[in-house]
Amino acid sequence: MRDVAVIGVGHTKFGKSEKGNIELFAEAAIQAMEEAGVGKGDIEALFVGNCLGGMAEGVANIAPFLAWELNLGTIPATRFEGACASATVAFRDAYMWVASGAYDMVLAGGTERTLVMGTPFATRTFAMGSDRFESQTGLTFPGVFAMAAVLYSKVHGIPLDKLREKMAHVSIKNHKHGAINPKAQFYKKYGNLKVEDVLNSPMIAYPLTLLDCCPFSDGGTAAILCSADIARKFTDEPIYVLGTGQASGGPLGRQEDYTKFPARVASARMAFKQAGLSPKDIQVLEAHDCFTIAEIILLECCGFFDWGTAADATEEGQTDIGGVIPTNPSGGLLGKGHPVGATGVSQIYAIVEQLLGKAVKGNQVDPVPEIGMTDNLGGDGATLAHVILGRSRRKK
Amino acid sequence: MAGIEIEEAEKELMEAPKYPLTMDEYKKTLKEGKLLGLRCGACGEVTCPPMMVCQRCGSKELEKIEMSGKGELMTLTVINVPPEGFEGPYIVCLVKTAEGPWIPARLDYDISKLTPEVLGKTVELKEGLTLPGDKYSAGERVVPVFKVVE
Repeated sequence: MRDVAVIGVGHTKFGKSEKGNIELFAEAAIQAMEEAGVGKGDIEALFVGNCLGGMAEGVANIAPFLAWELNLGTIPATRFEGACASATVAFRDAYMWVASGAYDMVLAGGTERTLVMGTPFATRTFAMGSDRFESQTGLTFPGVFAMAAVLYSKVHGIPLDKLREKMAHVSIKNHKHGAINPKAQFYKKYGNLKVEDVLNSPMIAYPLTLLDCCPFSDGGTAAILCSADIARKFTDEPIYVLGTGQASGGPLGRQEDYTKFPARVASARMAFKQAGLSPKDIQVLEAHDCFTIAEIILLECCGFFDWGTAADATEEGQTDIGGVIPTNPSGGLLGKGHPVGATGVSQIYAIVEQLLGKAVKGNQVDPVPEIGMTDNLGGDGATLAHVILGRSRRKK
Repeated sequence: MAGIEIEEAEKELMEAPKYPLTMDEYKKTLKEGKLLGLRCGACGEVTCPPMMVCQRCGSKELEKIEMSGKGELMTLTVINVPPEGFEGPYIVCLVKTAEGPWIPARLDYDISKLTPEVLGKTVELKEGLTLPGDKYSAGERVVPVFKVVE
């Protein structure tokens, strides 16, 4: 397998948009192509993550239209769907194709429009990402993670009221960072939350309140991947893909204690193994905080903290800048927004920005980190994907 | 003439693997108050809700059984903001059945009196609740509803 580099990235403003899936992706893709200085004739394939295009816009087979939208000619173009992990799955396959030598350069990313659907129908479409017997019950996505919080409290013997206070610190931290990220949905909003604000906001699915939950969002993201051997022709600062992982989980009932998502553990380990690294080597993390409890769970599943300890570590500030593992300095899904099929490459965008020292002051990890990681979850632990990025090539 | 006889092609189709307990049959039975599962002839593990192969050993030797309907309440939530097509609030839970597998269900309980104390309680199947379907649900929904055994 060849080494692969990211030579350009693009990211629209997240939040409510009047633009459609094609327009959102096109904007992000052109930005990434301009940054890399590439176009028709350079890019050999297009891989795009999109989950709910059929539901939101009645559109199927979006990928070839995107290739023509960008005037990329007749290159193969494919849509990837792994619920909220769609974009990382697209990025990882792009990585595989370039690493294998089949292509030298691929455009990967994601796009999603959800706000146009309104809350009841959007809630319904998100629940379509659950197992078919679960969605029959009327279980929602907040519901899945609300049950995870209750289970976490039971498994680790942390009273639910205490756990809710610890979880609130995830919301406070990520909203603090989102509030100073101009691309974030909640830019200039919720930057100074208190524990009581989170606990007292409207109850969505007990014990999760509105401020425990990420918003519905619209947005597009893109990245240009190429063989590391040619990367310096296009940029002085390529960011290298050091490792990737992807794994599958089944229905919640089959996973049983899903505070330890088996697919997340497997996918993170796969990425660490490929990179020859361990959690202690990661200096910045963009991770799937779809709900406050979700960030606590993922930090344990990926090996950053022992089982049952990430809630305390969060309360102590160990997951903010200056702590053991700065997590979601972009604002994460909670503060930046979560356009489902675009989110994974938004995380990759944020890590690239960090490794180049280009995040805004207050969100930039200082000194500029060498190695960063993304964690992207789709469905209720059904699709997990991880990417480890670095400023230097992998050691042979 | 090259090729196989049409009877041979028909026989091959007849003998092709068949899904052991379809969602349709599972729902029809649940409507009558019976929860069906699949017992593995190779290792004895029970799979519920149904799947193609045994969830412990992967065997295809599965026999339909009626579950006892007894279990333990593992976790729950109250859905205040339901998906389109549902009316909240209601309680969704995961029940660890006496036969082993955890299944998604509804809990029949007074929401105003709900506390974490209810976790770990013994529950039993009360009914299969039928909810109307819509254009995305491939027919009506049938959901197991459990009640706490005092």
